[in-house]
Amino acid sequence: MAKKRVVLTFPPELTEKPITYHLVKDFDLAINILRAKITPGEEGKLVLELSNGSEEMIKKGLDFLVQQGVGVEAVSKEISFTDEDCIHCGACTAVCQPGALQINPDTGRLRFEKERCIVCELCVPACPLGIIKVLF
Amino acid sequence: MARTKTYEEINEKIKSGKVTVVTAEEIIPMVKEEGPAAVLEKVDVVTTATFGPMCSSGLFLNFGHSDPPIKMSKVWLNDVPAYAGLAAVDAYLGATELSESQGAVYGGAHVIEELVSGKKVRLRAIAGGTDCYPRREIETMVGLEDLNQVYLFNPRNAYQNYAVAVNSTSRTLYTYMGTLLPKFGNATYSSAGELSPLLNDPYYEVIGIGTRILLGGGEGYVAWEGTQHNPAQKRNENGTPVAAAGTLAVIGDLRGMKRDYLRAAVFHNYGVSLYVGIGIPIPLLNEEIVRRVGVSNEELTATVYDYGVPRRSRPALGVVTYAELRSGKININNRSIPTAPLSSLYKARQIATELKERIINGRFLLTAPVAKLPFRDGVKPLREEVK
Ligand code: SF4
Ligand code: SF4
Repeated sequence: MAKKRVVLTFPPELTEKPITYHLVKDFDLAINILRAKITPGEEGKLVLELSNGSEEMIKKGLDFLVQQGVGVEAVSKEISFTDEDCIHCGACTAVCQPGALQINPDTGRLRFEKERCIVCELCVPACPLGIIKVLF
Repeated sequence: MARTKTYEEINEKIKSGKVTVVTAEEIIPMVKEEGPAAVLEKVDVVTTATFGPMCSSGLFLNFGHSDPPIKMSKVWLNDVPAYAGLAAVDAYLGATELSESQGAVYGGAHVIEELVSGKKVRLRAIAGGTDCYPRREIETMVGLEDLNQVYLFNPRNAYQNYAVAVNSTSRTLYTYMGTLLPKFGNATYSSAGELSPLLNDPYYEVIGIGTRILLGGGEGYVAWEGTQHNPAQKRNENGTPVAAAGTLAVIGDLRGMKRDYLRAAVFHNYGVSLYVGIGIPIPLLNEEIVRRVGVSNEELTATVYDYGVPRRSRPALGVVTYAELRSGKININNRSIPTAPLSSLYKARQIATELKERIINGRFLLTAPVAKLPFRDGVKPLREEVK
């Protein structure tokens, strides 16, 4: 089963249309909203994970979005850090709202759950040791 | 009469391999379950530790004399200025001083980390030239083995307690307490809580001037009260302060320290700092001391301050326990705020365990303080006078 993460940018006039509904209904895709910032009357951002369909259905769904005037960008970046340089201070966890970076309460060590990461990149400057990098 | 122990008695046990040592985390359930008297019978020493960013840190160096000699008036190490207003080839390198060529991404702390890792750094110095010190400039590479003396002297480390930082404004703030998200988006704190040295000795009874400690993984000493030492802070019933209170000035040879316990840090849009690891043993001399090391995160509190107000006295928004801070969420004014630490509990545990092993193996003896830390009134502000 194909899976794809995308960042959608909605122009103000589109923020109130039920666009994601069409993705589910017309293209049979399962969507998982990773991050949303939509204020009526302003440009909106949505980070989605699309699954359930074939590569082809995902592509068709995304083409539909582009036709509607939605900006589509693939999330191809990835966060990585060198574990042996990590001091497990937890400063990066302060900015990680999806909880991808967490201090394990038992071991006290930093834990990174890639599946939860939306590549917002806030942790990059937040790490005082400068060991978090964005891979393209 | 209640049982007491002396430093001599404990050191004898260390030498004969009969000492019992546990960490400040391990002692807590023992005190709760068995009570102070029984624990005093069984355990001799408790090890405490912390590993956090400590800006007030730095390094004294003596470079030795070149031929012809130079009376260095300005000194740089990897382009980071060091203070040279001392004798001819003495200097002090502050951890937060920034590089003149690289700016805010490299500073004194990085030079210290490079030296402790065994790397050489570029020394550059200039001078006016005198009859006895004719040379006017020098540039060379120096490492630990080349220097006569190279010791950390940190004017303020091991804060007894510290603030919890939040941000009420609508923009992200970059502070020495890390990145603070707008509108109370997060709360950061920086204390090892129940493992922290001075929270285990709230009235400075056994940690004093001359106390032997682990500093940066090597042996060091408490040299003096730290700057802004403030014993007059408000205290809980168990004696622990509710916010920043006592501090320590510490000293130790950089040779013998390890990079694992001394790491340079860059706080985005704020500056450079040094993560310093400190471990301090607490001899269990009487039941009162046992009771104090038995205090847990549930009974230790910290005060939440709004760092969105850039004033000396920031508004205090409430008091939380370290147990709440560690749980990942605190509740302030009916708002649930996610928390994150800045000091490393993982490293603090490593240090407490390392100190415990050194004592058990007879490689670390305890010292009674030569003099006690002062117990007097608070910290003075800087008043601005126009004359
Ligand atoms: S980029 Fe960093 S802060 Fe953002 S979600 Fe991923 S791990 Fe968390
Ligand atoms: S901020 Fe950096 S050093 Fe600290 S836990 Fe996160 S990745 Fe590790």
